[in-house]
Amino acid sequence: MRILVCLNVVPDTTSKITFKDNNTKFNNEGVQFIINPYDELALTKALELAEQTQGTVTVIHVGLIDSEPNIRKALAIGAHDAIRINTEPKDALFVATQIAIIAKETPFDLILTGRESIDFNGGLVCGLLGELLNIPSINVATKIECHQNTITATRDIDGGKEQLECSLPCIISAQKDLCEPRIPNMRGIMAARTKTLTIREAVAENDYSEYIAYELPSPKQGVKMIDASDAGQLIDLLRSEKKLI
Amino acid sequence: MPILVFAEHHNGIFKKSTFEALSYAQDLAHASKSIVTAVVIGQVTSQLSSLGAYGANSVISVLGEGTDFFTTEAYSEIIAAEATKINANTLIISNTYCGKSIASRIAVKLKAGIISGVVELPKSDFSVKKTAFSNKASVMVRLKSDKKVFALVPNSYEVKTYDLSPSISESTSNVNAATIRTKSINISKVSGKIPLTEADIVVSGGRGMKGPENWGLIEELAQLLGAATACSKPVADMDWRPHEEHVGQTGITIKPTLYIAVGISGAIQHLAGVSSSKVICVINKDPEAPFFKAADYGIVGDAFEILPKLIERTKQLQA
Ligand SMILES: Cc1cc2nc3c(=O)[nH]c(=O)nc-3n(C[C@H](O)[C@H](O)[C@H](O)COP(=O)(O)OP(=O)(O)OC[C@H]3O[C@@H](n4cnc5c(N)ncnc54)[C@H](O)[C@@H]3O)c2cc1C
Ligand SMILES: Nc1ncnc2c1ncn2[C@@H]1O[C@H](COP(=O)(O)O)[C@@H](O)[C@H]1O
Repeated sequence: MRILVCLNVVPDTTSKITFKDNNTKFNNEGVQFIINPYDELALTKALELAEQTQGTVTVIHVGLIDSEPNIRKALAIGAHDAIRINTEPKDALFVATQIAIIAKETPFDLILTGRESIDFNGGLVCGLLGELLNIPSINVATKIECHQNTITATRDIDGGKEQLECSLPCIISAQKDLCEPRIPNMRGIMAARTKTLTIREAVAENDYSEYIAYELPSPKQGVKMIDASDAGQLIDLLRSEKKLI
Repeated sequence: MPILVFAEHHNGIFKKSTFEALSYAQDLAHASKSIVTAVVIGQVTSQLSSLGAYGANSVISVLGEGTDFFTTEAYSEIIAAEATKINANTLIISNTYCGKSIASRIAVKLKAGIISGVVELPKSDFSVKKTAFSNKASVMVRLKSDKKVFALVPNSYEVKTYDLSPSISESTSNVNAATIRTKSINISKVSGKIPLTEADIVVSGGRGMKGPENWGLIEELAQLLGAATACSKPVADMDWRPHEEHVGQTGITIKPTLYIAVGISGAIQHLAGVSSSKVICVINKDPEAPFFKAADYGIVGDAFEILPKLIERTKQLQA
């Protein structure tokens, strides 16, 4: 089974988010970039499935050279090879379009993405790529099992879960609980050095969106403390002051 | 520029997020002098005309193959076909799991630009505010495409009332069920409870609750307030609570009007999932707990003393 994993690189979850140039650009100074946590799950699941089926795992990333340490990390975790499409990822549709070109050249049985990138929280690439390739897409999966020419998956739906069966090829996005992420070991790190990382140039396509300005949430007015001995007052305040209950 | 709204329903009853999407669409339509069409897929028990009160100028009911239950493939095909028929150039879809899974496919079918996580009406240049960095910031994104798909975050837009008598029409699905490649085997809904993402009020517990046996207090307060229950990540990791309740950066992002956090420290990854709640109340025995900085109301004290007091006062006021 040939599996493709879409890998994004994002600011670490503990990063302090700030902006520059009059709030028009993300300030990446001092920010550590990591593999998008959901993509780490997608990668681990892909490796598990590949091991079961004597398959291979290719990771693909749309981004500039600064991402290479994280691509190497994915190779160290166990991916067989990697492709980097050398361009600034403009938005989800742009990313999906670039990946679709590669996936059409060399078809994959299964494509995995993360549920969403934790920077722009789009959650769109899975469906966009599924439609571009005309294959079924399953979002936010917490379980994936492979059979002969089908997979079964469990996904989150609003207020519950749905178990699905789907023909291959298909694309699935990883939700937490899909698996425990693997960490690279020394042997993996050594092996990663000699694995193939192919660089491809981007194809100019659809320029639909423009990120204009960023904004930080306005700070809270300040907390109003209520004495523990009179805790019930909280309920009164939520009622009278805020009219919430 | 006709606007199409996907009128999501659950077991035949329209969701609150559908009313929000309709109100959003009607306010957008008003500014641009256009009309709002709600597309309803499958049988509903609610009256179709009732959507007029929330902002629909017309309602299309789609029945036929692939409409009985939700599948990403069939529903995206149906919506795209209806959008083409009425020449819609703006589509409003709720940013729910179900909505988001079709929104992206529809955008490709219609060659539309798409923005998810939308929290406000677009400006006149079609730039719109969306959440970013897991609620630690937001970004204005402008769509330059002719056709646009917006996925609107539940609880972001106020439900309004309009005095519209929508025209109702029927349409037959263009789907060939044999081409649908995903098959639903089983659906398990967390029954009787309010889905976390749709809840107006959420009561949430952290490690400070000490153990699953103490959740009765959280549940009782939640029930009295008509609230959903949530928890921090370690609580779900230790299996004190089901993982569906875990909120935060790696869990669910919620946006209730009221979030009550009990025994939760307020780590940055937790805040990422809850910080856009309108009002936040924090109960923690440690006055230095970081959560107080993000709170509107705070009580320093032991959860096991405070919760019974809140429960008692709520009962008194409801009596
Ligand atoms: C990559 C990453 C992603 C993460 N994602 C998430 C996420 O999505 N969601 C999430 O929640 N966390 C997440 N975390 C974990 C997060 O960093 C915190 O560890 C976690 O939120 C702490 O949970 P807690 O507040 O319940 O527990 P603790 O930090 O242990 O806090 C317990 C609190 O309870 C108080 N307390 C104790 N006893 C009582 C009492 N009797 N009465 C009242 N108060 C009491 C304490 O003062 C303390 O403040 C993530 C971490 C990482 C590294
Ligand atoms: N620049 C990128 N390169 C490769 N894959 C990406 C990129 N951006 C997003 N993805 C994939 O798409 C998923 C969803 O991203 P998004 O739609 O941006 O939230 C991510 O979890 C990744 O798997």
